[in-house]
Amino acid sequence: MTDRATLKIIADLVPQGSRVLDLGCGDGALLDFLQRERGCSGYGIEIADENVLACVKRGVNVIQLNLDQGLKIFEDDSFDVILQIDTLQHLRNAETMLRETARVGKLGIVAFPNFAHWPNRLSIVRGRMPVTKRLPYQWYDTPNIRVGTFKDFEVLATRNRLSILDAFGLQDGEVRRVLPNLTASTAVFKFERG
Amino acid sequence: MTLIAHPQAMQFDAPLPLQSGAQIRGYSLAYETYGTLNADRSNAVLICHALNASHHVAGVYPGQERSEGWWDTMIGPGKPVDTDRFFVIGVNNLGSCFGSTGPMHVNPDTGRVYGADFPVVTVEDWVNAQARLLDGLGIEQLAAVMGGSLGGMQALSWTLQYPQRLRHAVVVASAPNLTAENIAFNEVARRAIVTDPDFHGGNFYEHGVVPKRGLRIARMVGHITYLSDDVMNEKFGRQLRNGLLAYTTQDIEFQIESYLRYQGDKFSDYFDANTYLLITRALDYFDPAIRTEGNLTKALAAARAKFLLVSFTTDWRFSPGRSREMVKALLDNHRDVSYAEIDAPHGHDAFLLEDPQYLAVVRAYFERIASEPAMTDAPVVRDLPAGAVL
Repeated sequence: MTDRATLKIIADLVPQGSRVLDLGCGDGALLDFLQRERGCSGYGIEIADENVLACVKRGVNVIQLNLDQGLKIFEDDSFDVILQIDTLQHLRNAETMLRETARVGKLGIVAFPNFAHWPNRLSIVRGRMPVTKRLPYQWYDTPNIRVGTFKDFEVLATRNRLSILDAFGLQDGEVRRVLPNLTASTAVFKFERG
Repeated sequence: MTLIAHPQAMQFDAPLPLQSGAQIRGYSLAYETYGTLNADRSNAVLICHALNASHHVAGVYPGQERSEGWWDTMIGPGKPVDTDRFFVIGVNNLGSCFGSTGPMHVNPDTGRVYGADFPVVTVEDWVNAQARLLDGLGIEQLAAVMGGSLGGMQALSWTLQYPQRLRHAVVVASAPNLTAENIAFNEVARRAIVTDPDFHGGNFYEHGVVPKRGLRIARMVGHITYLSDDVMNEKFGRQLRNGLLAYTTQDIEFQIESYLRYQGDKFSDYFDANTYLLITRALDYFDPAIRTEGNLTKALAAARAKFLLVSFTTDWRFSPGRSREMVKALLDNHRDVSYAEIDAPHGHDAFLLEDPQYLAVVRAYFERIASEPAMTDAPVVRDLPAGAVL
């Protein structure tokens, strides 16, 4: 998810000069890109020591927090954009976090592995949990504790009164707008409070 | 390469107004510097010390074998705060017993030793005194102010008192104020000292005695709070010194008792009782949000520096939650801030120890500071302040 093409596609969803909060910011590559290329400012939230260190090395603001403990440190509407890139699937409280995202930010951008991508479907039809480049773990050791599909997220967003401003699939660094639930390994949503 | 440290002192004749309304004149500050001040004087880092430390932050004194610098793990050539790049200043606070003017010195107004009459000094007073030291060294703006625990409070206070005079603040294992529990521990320590029959109302110097019993107990209490339960259990457990229960309430039986008494004895040999009272009071008083009805966000609005905050998971005296309060206030003010919560078993003491993640984060942060425009253009050495040495 950190290849340059994907980075660029996600970054294009972020308005110029935004104040950004990146939940699960990893090594800070996206924030760094947004700061340099799109004049954004902001903070990354990370739990992993090595990622916190990588962010400090890059000169990206990073706050070491466990997202499962919520976003109470952040005030309502205090950010223009909240990013959750490959984060949602690791969270125990994924729905709460989605609501919190809508509370803290004016705009939310979420990306996660689309479990309905056709190779995954094929694997299930054959009776096995999928192991792919995008979902490289076995069922018993995966850190992706929430597996959902492109369509599932639409339902969850509606249920939480979020308006989806844009939605598409991502496959091999390319945007898929035709049958994204079938053709893309990654689902991307841009939304605001409804 | 060994870092050689040279203690220095700067004398100040102009009176320093104190927060209490009192003032102090004819005082001196002990300090040490490491590394070289660059030509545009942009690479200075001020290190603020915690409760029982001093200006001797790192390195060895000539002829000394081992460093007794309290932050030797952090500061020196090639260390996280690299003295090959930064000009590091360690300063001893007013009221201390390690060289700066303190209760055992002569009050120029009375010609007598201050003793109990040494004025109460606050974190803000210390910062004002440190600013005058910088004036004396010809340093207008610091690359960073850094401190742990009470030193972290000074670093935070720097960002509010002199927002234009520093670019970065590194606040380690600290808090925006003490909790009631923390003040309670300080009070136990103070009561131990002032109720020692050798205390003589703080004028024990005249009696040629030292309230050692009080100091010992004060240190024992303090020491317990600096460690974590796990570390203490791992180090001492319930181990008996002589293997068998002796059924005495007077003698040492458990290893932990022996350890605490040893620490207390050592401390009472070198630390001044009045200094301990003053410094714990400064800790109790520190509360930048006192002028903003307890609203830390409003209190920190004046800060302009970029921040690195570090806490340690097992530190219960300055817990991660206290650091997160400062992080939140800085976020609310849209300040640049990074925060690392280090998973370390050692309790509050962890900030003085060699945790690899902790040292790596600080190193990375200072490497960023070194690469900033304000520090990259002028590597040439010019008129060093007297006595500045590598």
